[in-house]
Amino acid sequence: MGVTTALEWLGSCSGCEIAILNIGEALVPIITEALDIVHAPVLMDHKYFGQCGEGVTLTIPEAVVGIVTGGVSNHEHLEVLEEMRKKCKVLIALGTCATHGGIPALMNGQDRQQSWEEVYQTVTTDPGAQIPNVEVPAPLDRVYACDEKVKIDMQLPGCPPNPELIAEVIVSLLENRAPVLPGKSVCDTCPTRREGKGDVEKVKRFITNATFKPGEPIDQMRCLLEQGYLCMGPVTAAGCAKRGAPACISARVPCRGCFGPVRKDGNQLLDMMNALASNGIDYKSVVDRRSLLRFSGAHGMLRPVKKRADKED
Amino acid sequence: MGKVLNIAPVSRIEGHAKIAIHLDDQGNVQDSFLHIQSLRGFEKFIEGRPAEEVPRIVNRICGICPWMHHLASNKAVDGAFGVTPTETGYKLREMCQVMAHINDKILHFFFLAAPDFVLGPDADYAVRNVIGVVKAAPELATQVVKMRQLGQMMLDKFAGKAIHPIAGVVGGFAKPMIEEERQELLAGTRTLLDFACFALDFAINNVFAKYLDVISDLGVIKTGFLGTVDRADGSLRLYDGKQRLMKPDGSYVDFEGKDYTQYLGEHVEPWGYSKMPYAKSWNEGFDMNLAAPKGIYRANTLARINVCDKISTPKAQAALEAFRASFGRPAQQTLLYHYARLIELVYACERTIELLEWEGITDPKVRAKVEPKAGRGVGIVEAPRGTLIHDYTTDDNGCIVKANLIVGTTHNIAPMNMSVKQAATTLIKNGVYNQGLLNQVEMAVRAYDP
Repeated sequence: MGVTTALEWLGSCSGCEIAILNIGEALVPIITEALDIVHAPVLMDHKYFGQCGEGVTLTIPEAVVGIVTGGVSNHEHLEVLEEMRKKCKVLIALGTCATHGGIPALMNGQDRQQSWEEVYQTVTTDPGAQIPNVEVPAPLDRVYACDEKVKIDMQLPGCPPNPELIAEVIVSLLENRAPVLPGKSVCDTCPTRREGKGDVEKVKRFITNATFKPGEPIDQMRCLLEQGYLCMGPVTAAGCAKRGAPACISARVPCRGCFGPVRKDGNQLLDMMNALASNGIDYKSVVDRRSLLRFSGAHGMLRPVKKRADKED
Repeated sequence: MGKVLNIAPVSRIEGHAKIAIHLDDQGNVQDSFLHIQSLRGFEKFIEGRPAEEVPRIVNRICGICPWMHHLASNKAVDGAFGVTPTETGYKLREMCQVMAHINDKILHFFFLAAPDFVLGPDADYAVRNVIGVVKAAPELATQVVKMRQLGQMMLDKFAGKAIHPIAGVVGGFAKPMIEEERQELLAGTRTLLDFACFALDFAINNVFAKYLDVISDLGVIKTGFLGTVDRADGSLRLYDGKQRLMKPDGSYVDFEGKDYTQYLGEHVEPWGYSKMPYAKSWNEGFDMNLAAPKGIYRANTLARINVCDKISTPKAQAALEAFRASFGRPAQQTLLYHYARLIELVYACERTIELLEWEGITDPKVRAKVEPKAGRGVGIVEAPRGTLIHDYTTDDNGCIVKANLIVGTTHNIAPMNMSVKQAATTLIKNGVYNQGLLNQVEMAVRAYDP
């Protein structure tokens, strides 16, 4: 029998689960031989309250390895995460929601109660609708990364995480060694041509395509920051590169920071503002600066704007 | 006071849900609920963002169909900024969207639904899953894994990211396709088309034939349907077209996406975070009563196959004709969602090939000129799980001031509740229930691929 493994998803979109499947053919021996999956809502039918639903306590089987995706935004997520911590020897937070809050933590930048009320008041919603509150998990005060709530043994960010790195983490655990993971920034893995910043004083919105010759290799294209676009490569953890270039850059599109900060507790907004300022670029030319924290708004990084406070700059 | 069976989590689906079956003192079903357990609030936290950034934020609504949100969002921003994408930009987007449907359907049918059919609904839960399928039918499983990976990596290589894409941009696409890429994608898609035809035959002969009794019974309800068809000839469309809302009797109205608020409303129940869209234009209100439902329609594969007049590609059209000869139009049997899914799989492969064979697909003019400004845009695509609507209003700086989203799965929340009730009431009598029966209740949900 393989190593017992439990998978759970909290406030997730299932992109991390698809990234696991994207390991491809190499995944088949991993899930049929190397691992013995005992719980995984997306793939198998183990139930929390017994197979006939008669139990009263949420229960997950014991496992050596636990993998959790998604952030923690309601009481059910918290209960599941705590049960996973209790039952798993090694607990891995997979994906940027689990490690840094991810996109759903954008909600941390606004008044959650008011926002939820407004969600149930849109143009197509029946008048008088209220926020549901019967037999549905109540929200927490904000969206949390997993390590804010329980001890996490290993973190692998990415939105989605890179299938090769997911496989490396699993295989390294099976081989009882430390995983080999990139520790630098997206820029360190980016082959685009750098010539110096030139006369860029403001950053452009991405409403025109980058300048490049169709079909030319990425290393012939000039760095997108040097082309004047906001690109968060300097302040974002490496890991997305698959075919010799960061994923978005390979589509000729600037980075938006989906692997979170380079240092675990870095602040992508401040780091990027510093990077721009130190190159003489006007950081105020970035429209909607708070959204530079769109992937890392947990850990108290994004908070509601205080009413009546001055503008952020 | 009877008891409550909590089937949680509903498994082998793509989201978070639980089923609660309330039994009376005699052990018969008194009521049942499919509770949708989470809310994130995308409509609110995209407010204030520059609209051109939003297609790469809202793709995180769903990691299984991120292309659908990415492209519906791009279409909505096009509308708000008053931009018409170049023809090549439009077709590159459509190609990616249709190709994403291919992977989605392989994933759903073989990875999530097949265990119930290959191993049987009553098989022990420890083997009734994709790992069990790999062990029971290793050759088929290996082929399925290879084909899904092929489709997924084709998209990943061409567009940079298959999951949470970035290559669609307001005004069109971020990069042109070169001839070498076109040839590689064509070869891959032809392989996928062969597999799609095999999958459809395999399912017709080995699954649907064997489970005909279950199909004619399990979760069957009578509803209307919503889908997208070609503006000119009423054929099935996934990326763009007019919306068609069909009544249970087969009569229908067509409307343009921007007018959706006149046709659709959203009902809210206190016991689930998801809203429940219904046909407001039928003027009969909302009611999930099994015998006399009001305002209830369904979306997703079976709905699209029911509302279209025909399919524009030959192999899928032949399959549609065979389907209609057996089940009529509109077909109401819930498990036929799987059959319709495989017809669409064939269409998606054929349509991708058509787009790749179009001579303009490698034209370098992939993006129109864009200027952020105030406006409103409604972007609609057919996501695997149903008609997906993104509706944005922007300010003078081109930032979002208001958004309304109707997400594919939500159209089927009310119908899924009805199918659960139908299945539970039929299967559970006088306190007799077991794992196999309860799994069949879940199968009624799984057909909708929520």
